[in-house]
Amino acid sequence: MIQEPFVCGDSQIHRLDPRFRIVVVAAYAFVVALSDRFSVLFLGLAFSFVLIGISRLPLFEVAKRVLLVNGFVLFLWFVVPVTFPGTPLFHLGPLTATGEGLLVSARITIKSNAILLTFIAMIATSRVATLGAALSRMRVPEKIVLLLLMSYRYIFVMETEYHRLARSATVRGFRPSTSIHTYRTYAYLIGMLFVRAQARAERVYMAMLCRGFSGKFHSLQEFSFSRKDGFWAGCTTIALLGLGVLEWMD
Amino acid sequence: MDGLNPVIELEHIHFGYEAGARVLDDLTFSLHEGEKAGLIGYNGSGKTTLLHVIMGLLSPSKGTIRVLGRRIETRKDFREVRRTIGLVFQHADDQLFSPTVLEDVAFGPLNLGKTPKEARRVAMETLERLHLRGFENRITHKLSGGEKKLVSLATVLVMQPKALLLDEPTTGLDEEARVRIASLLAHLDISSIIVSHEYDFLAETAQKIYSIKGGRIEFDGDAGALHAHLHRHPAESHPHRYI
Repeated sequence: MIQEPFVCGDSQIHRLDPRFRIVVVAAYAFVVALSDRFSVLFLGLAFSFVLIGISRLPLFEVAKRVLLVNGFVLFLWFVVPVTFPGTPLFHLGPLTATGEGLLVSARITIKSNAILLTFIAMIATSRVATLGAALSRMRVPEKIVLLLLMSYRYIFVMETEYHRLARSATVRGFRPSTSIHTYRTYAYLIGMLFVRAQARAERVYMAMLCRGFSGKFHSLQEFSFSRKDGFWAGCTTIALLGLGVLEWMD
Repeated sequence: MDGLNPVIELEHIHFGYEAGARVLDDLTFSLHEGEKAGLIGYNGSGKTTLLHVIMGLLSPSKGTIRVLGRRIETRKDFREVRRTIGLVFQHADDQLFSPTVLEDVAFGPLNLGKTPKEARRVAMETLERLHLRGFENRITHKLSGGEKKLVSLATVLVMQPKALLLDEPTTGLDEEARVRIASLLAHLDISSIIVSHEYDFLAETAQKIYSIKGGRIEFDGDAGALHAHLHRHPAESHPHRYI
């Protein structure tokens, strides 16, 4: 079952206003993604480590997630250095690796890790429900918020439904292999999942109508921007401005 | 029937899904104030369809629906009906879509225009009434089947409906949850139609038993008097449950 393991902490970050956290992460992601200098990128990475430290999350769990993303990044290291134009550094058979290519790969690696770590520290520490409410309070379009909340709610039901279907295939002796029969069976499974999702969506909508739903989604959660949030806002703004200045000043 | 005001009146209702036989065929039925009607029928006999017609989720091809004496015709009328009548769906996963229990229970009141503070208050009161105190911050999809069913009931009761429609309230519940729901329904002071294919459950929760057959509703008798003869046990060995 899908879990939210980082939510149940009680660090400073957990207690921050979720709206503030969303804004900070968005601003941070822009600054880091648009920066090119290694000094800025390393400082950005350091910033994300500090946040992880403050959030007091289990480091092992964090490392597991970071490793997963770096699996994708590893592919970049195979492809980008030998395809990026620039001064040749060394040859590998018919392929030529460029210095520029290596630098680009290094930048992407630092950027993705820095942004991911900040995201884990600031966003993964908040429940999806709270995030939805915060986004809606920040005037993010209703439909997007609903999409987020509904996907979150029903992904579990879909998971159970998928397992139920897969189990029924298994008990009738289905064993996946590389054959047309396997592909067809999976196509049926997925197709059936869609059909059921559609039917369920209709029933959920009916249930919502029965309880007076008229397109507008109201939220119970109220947020308050405290002095502590203000303090944090000050610190992070200075840090982000610092990064920006370092990047764009001569 | 007993001189009390009817809450729901259905007259000569016809309904059929595209391409297929009529599901409801000239159906006439009324539910009176304070009455608890048990409706029994086979799978596909139109039980759920009937409830959806009452709520305006499906529109009949012919016939009239009256709620609290007022004729219901337009979509706007039905929107009003949904404030007056509460429907508890067969599958709680269809009914509970908010992340937490409190938010789900407060969804209806918020739609009715209550302030978040008001909505929170009535939601908490309703949870308390159903002995669900301490559930407010639980995650809906992580509840057990019985808990989900109770919370679904709360999401409807919180809107203070004049009548309650329950679609197969015992589906997928274990014995303990079934007993809990049965005693809760038996003690609720609200007119209701309880749809089930379990005779024993209806005998515990309803006063009058009707059956739906061939698209029509027939009155079978009072739950108490009917008990001994009008039904067969699906498996001879199963004894009755008495309360």
